[in-house]
This record gives sequence, C-alpha cells and structure tokens, in this order.
Amino acid sequence: MKKMIQHGLAVVDSPYTESGEKRSVMNKLLLGLTPSQYLLQAFRNPFNWILAAIFAVGLPILIGRFFFGLSWATSGSCDYPWGLFLGFGLFAMVPLSSSGFQLGTACEIFGRHDLEPIERLALLNGLLGYFFAVVYLLVDLGQPWRLPYPMVVSFGPAAVLFLVAWHVATYLSVQVLEVSTSFFEWIGFPAGKQAVRRITLGLTVSGIILSTLHQGALGALFTYAPGKVHPLWYSSSFQWLHFFVSSLPGGLCMVITVSTIAAKTMTWRRDGRFQQSLDRITISLAKGACMGLATYITIKLIAIAHDNKWSYIDSGWGQWFLLEIILGFMLPLVLMTYGVHTRKMPVVRMGAFMTVFGVVLNRVNTAIITFNWKLPEREIPPWREVVISLTIFAIYIVVYRFILYRLPILYKWKMQEEVVPATEAVRAPAPGRRETNQVPVASYSGMTKLD
Amino acid sequence: MKRRNFLKACLIGGTTVALGKTNKGWASGSFEGYPEAMGVLVDTTRCVGCRSCEAACNKEQSLPEPDTSFDDKSVFEEPRRPTAKAYTVVNEYEKKSPGGPVYRKMQCNHCNEPACLTSCFVNAYTKTKEGAVIYNSKVCVGCRNCMIACPFNVPGYDYDSVTNPVIKKCILCYDTRLKVGKPPACVEICPQEALTFGHRADLIKLAHERIRANPDRYYDHVYGEKEVGGTSWLYLSRTEFDKIGFDTTLNNEPIISNVKDFLGMVPMVLSIWPALFSGIHLLSKHDTQQEHGHDTESTQEDR
Repeated sequence: MKKMIQHGLAVVDSPYTESGEKRSVMNKLLLGLTPSQYLLQAFRNPFNWILAAIFAVGLPILIGRFFFGLSWATSGSCDYPWGLFLGFGLFAMVPLSSSGFQLGTACEIFGRHDLEPIERLALLNGLLGYFFAVVYLLVDLGQPWRLPYPMVVSFGPAAVLFLVAWHVATYLSVQVLEVSTSFFEWIGFPAGKQAVRRITLGLTVSGIILSTLHQGALGALFTYAPGKVHPLWYSSSFQWLHFFVSSLPGGLCMVITVSTIAAKTMTWRRDGRFQQSLDRITISLAKGACMGLATYITIKLIAIAHDNKWSYIDSGWGQWFLLEIILGFMLPLVLMTYGVHTRKMPVVRMGAFMTVFGVVLNRVNTAIITFNWKLPEREIPPWREVVISLTIFAIYIVVYRFILYRLPILYKWKMQEEVVPATEAVRAPAPGRRETNQVPVASYSGMTKLD
Repeated sequence: MKRRNFLKACLIGGTTVALGKTNKGWASGSFEGYPEAMGVLVDTTRCVGCRSCEAACNKEQSLPEPDTSFDDKSVFEEPRRPTAKAYTVVNEYEKKSPGGPVYRKMQCNHCNEPACLTSCFVNAYTKTKEGAVIYNSKVCVGCRNCMIACPFNVPGYDYDSVTNPVIKKCILCYDTRLKVGKPPACVEICPQEALTFGHRADLIKLAHERIRANPDRYYDHVYGEKEVGGTSWLYLSRTEFDKIGFDTTLNNEPIISNVKDFLGMVPMVLSIWPALFSGIHLLSKHDTQQEHGHDTESTQEDR
C-alpha cells in the first residue's frame, strides 16, 4: 500500500476521486485500487501469509466443531465446563472492550473533545471486542441456535448470566449504532448519521449503565462457585468490583495498544489530526489507566485483607498470584506513571501492553488456571481448542484491519466536496455536538473514568 | 434530549426496582425446602461397593452401556464423578484403613435451594414439591453455568452429541417413580439397605437417632442437613467427611447468597447512573457554552 501511494495513488478519504467523480461502493471497498492492484498489495503483505496459514489449518477445524461436536473440538470436561473459548474468548475480550463506553463518556458526557481523534477507534474496539466475545460464545455453546432463548422463550431473571445475556445483546446494538456514524459517512448517507447523532447522549449513558453492570456481572458469575475459584482470585463482596475496575485500565490500554499498532502499520491510513494528537491522547489515556490500576490494586489488596487470605500468598498459587499482580498491574502502573511524567512514550506504551497482558492473565487465571484449585489435576486445553481460539482471534484481526482500512476511524471523512454541489441544507442541522464545541480541558484528565 | 433522558431514567429505574424485588424474592436464602419433600439417607457404613445402584440407575434412565460391566471393581482405582453417561457413581475411600474401605455413592444431592437452578438463565431447572431438582432439556442452551455453580460437581454435559447436547444429571427418578410415590431405582435395589427413602424431615431425625444409638459407629454429623442450605440426600459416615471425598468447606448458606451482593447493586446502578451522568453532562455543557470549537455548527439540538 505504501508503495502504491508513492506511485501516486490517492487514498480514499472522500466521496469523490481526485478527478471529481463520485466513488462507487466497489471502488471504496477496494481502497480506490483496481481489483488486480488490490490483490497485488494483499499478496505483498507478509502478515497476510501468516493469516492464510492460520486459516488453512484453523477454519476446517472451526467448521469441524459444528459437525463433530464439542467433545471432538474441546476437552469435553465436566470439571472444567468453561475452557479457552469462554475463559479467554469471552472473559478476556470483554474487559479489553470497555474502551467504547469510557471514551464515549469522556467525549460525550464530560465534553473532553480533545480526545475525539481516538473516540471512534475506542468505539470500534469496543464493538469488535464484544462481537468476537459473542462469536467465541457461539462456538462454545452446546446449542448456539438457542442463544435467543433467554430473550424470548424462557426467562431466568434471578441468574447473573441472564443479566449478562441481555446487557451484552443490548450493548452490542448500542455499539453498532455508535460506530454506524462512520459507516454512514463512508457509504454516503448523512441522514442516517444525523439520526444517530441525535440520540448519542442516550446511547452513551445506556453504554455506561450496561457496561458497569455486565463487566461486573462477568465477575459475579464466579460468585456462584465460591469454593472452586482460588481464594486469591475470589472475593464474594469484591468480585464484581474487581472485574469492573480492572476492565477500565484494560480497555484504555487496549486502545493504546491498538492505536500504536495501527499507527505503525497503517501509516497511509491515519490523517494528520490522528498522527499529531496520538502522543497527547496516549498520555491522557495512560493517566486514566493509572487511576484505574491504582484503584484496582488497592481493592484487590483490601479484599485479601478483608477475608484475611494473606497466608495463601505463601504457596505456589500465591507466587503465581504475585506474578500476575506485579507484572500485569503494579509494574505497568509504575511504568506508565513514570512515562507520563517524563513524556517517554515507549515506556507508556510498554506499560499499556503489560496491562493488557495482566487483565487477560487475570481472567484466564480466574476462569481456567486457578479454577478447581482443589482438584488434583489441572486441565490442559487440547490442540483443537487452542487452534480454534487462535483462528477466531485471527478473524478478529482481519475484520479489525478491514474496517480500519476503510471507514473513517483513523482519519476524517472529507465532506466539503459533497456539500458544495449538493444542498446546503444537509449540513445545516448540526452533525453533532461532538464537532461543535472544542473545549480545551486539561485539569481533570485522570478523573473522567472513575468518578 | 434532556427531557427524554429524564423520562428514560424514570422508566428504567421503575422497571428495575420491580425487577430487583423479584430478584430478592428469588434469592431469599431462608427457604428451607418444601415440607413434603422426600429425600434419601445414605449410610456409608453399610455400603459394600457392589455398584448395583449404578446398574439400576443405568437401566431406569436408559443410559448408554458402560465401558466395563457393573461388576468390575477396578473402577475404584480412580475417583469418578457423575457424567452424562452415569448419573450416579460409587467411589472407594480409606482404602488402607484398618476398618476396611469406605464406599460413597455420589449423585445429585437435590439441594433445597439449588445453585444450578439459580444460575440458569433460561430457568430450565425446577425444584419440585417432592424434593427433586428436575430440568427441562428443551430450553437448555448449553452455557454450562450450572456445572460451574454446582458445589458438588454433579451435572454432566453431553459433549458427544452434535445436534442436541444437553445437561444430564440425576432427577431422583422423578418422571418414572417419584411422581407416583415410588422410591428411586437405586434405593429399591440396594441389597444392604444403605439407602433409606422417606420424607426429608423424618430422615434427619432417623440419622440423628442412629448416631445417638451407635456413637462409636458414626461420626457425629449428618452431611446435607445444613450444607449449602440443606440437601435432599443426607449422608452418615464412620470418619470425618473430608476423608471420604466430601467438601467440608461449604457454607450453610445457599450458593445464591454469595451472588446477592451483586444482584442487590443492579437496581441501584440502573436508576442512579442515567440521572447522574446525564446531569453531569448538562453541568459540563453549561460551563462551556460560550466556547465553540473548530466546527462552527449550531448547538441547538442539545438545548
């Protein structure tokens, strides 16, 4: 792609080509390239070959799971009913997707318009994370076609999972709407965009509610198994708070991670606004994440003190716990604080990567590794389960990249050309609050997510 | 926008307060079982490990043929758990004890307040007035949360089935026997009278009488009388219960009482958050109304 731009290719960032013709949807889909050019750039990218290798092995196995059943694809263990699909796919993807509601809140509720260049990336990160958590769930469920049952056929309102199901379903639709503004811009449907912009505040507030509840609810699911989760990862009064609070830095750091990767690998796609503001925004996000990390570490230690579980630290499990909390939460807090103060971006980003690792490790620990700690044998996921998990993650990356290449997430869609020949009236009823009042706010940057 | 949000907040708040109440009603934690509930008392001091209960269960519930016959004693080498293919299993403990090995039959304990029931998001489980915990496999989605929740590791999942995998576990022979007042197949077949079928309340009295009459023979505890809110199956043992595979760390509170902290918080979040955050939004807007950013469109829509 970079080479083609050097050779004079214009990046698709407006409804019109350089010569003033309106771009067709096909043209936009192919990034303004001809089909053969498009294939050429796809073949040139070595990352695509890695993906192709994963899919060549993984897709048949993924399809096989639906033909040969769960016992063929997974351990089929009665003691570990939730394996990698849920332990990693659902429990780890969801906290890393809390970015959508946090940046939505910061921009739309608290009026932090300086964070806007990354808001769409955060929203997309949220949407895709949730979507693929549901994909993992569908692969794991015994009868995925019955997934709508808790909504329409039979209700179990006393169950935490009932709440999770409803909230994830509602929140997914909220996020689809939130992200749809970029899609409407890209496809050229301003009326749709405005309709969504009008209800942005409502969407954002429902996003906060739904996120608070189901991030917490995922933790509360484990309060059904008080004897099975290791005491260091379990606390009956704090469980949902641990999950909710750790999801806050998890989501913010995921945005830092993704934006870093995107800025490195998609130089042609980001625009000047994104590029120039990225470091500044990363610092803001890292500040927020630090507050989240500090709170999480504190309540984690309080929970241990509350139930007086210190003696467990002095065991193999305790060392594993220390590794998780030091490498995944304490060290990143130190790194990011140091990085923010000295404006050393690589240090901040390193801290963010480690936080993402810490949150994932925490969820996998709770759901799989320390689960059933009293049983003599640990469950090792069989290779097909690992391959399927990897394949779904690769699909996630492909979809993520596909959208970032096309929709105006990392760049601003240029509407001006369209407005001049079309009617002025389209622009008049305000595309949204977001663009309207740019406010220079700097003082309460760290507090936006927690208070 | 403002008005709509307030209305929305009221609406959501109202519904949840109602919903929150039903949650609490469900999760009362003080339910002590139906008065007419039946149960089974297992006297592990009488069990000889003949596995005839396993065979009877297999036949009654039309379960698949086992890998080895029910006379095969080599299965005692490793402890087993109930699965989709065997709703009850007998394990051997205290193998080297001078008093001889202890055998313990394992199956669904039919809790008074079952964790599986409260964790099921399609409400597939029912605690019948006869005391059995049964389930409707027609609505089972296969999330396997009940397997996570069960403190006794009982429910099994039919992982082998491709098109219709469901949860499978002991239902106290509800469909074929309990409903018409007959004891479960395993109780009827037991040659040692190690299993006694009756009203749960009577069985508790019987168990304590046996302990009183023979204090040397029994460890002074009836497992299942109070554990996780009480279970329909009750156990007597010669030794401490943790030595024969029981989890003695379980609380007397039903599992659902652990989850109540979270469930109680739900209505609060649902009602406070909308008001709080839309309020904060309006406050932050007031401060910044004078300032306009790079795009100069009007801000009418929010006023």
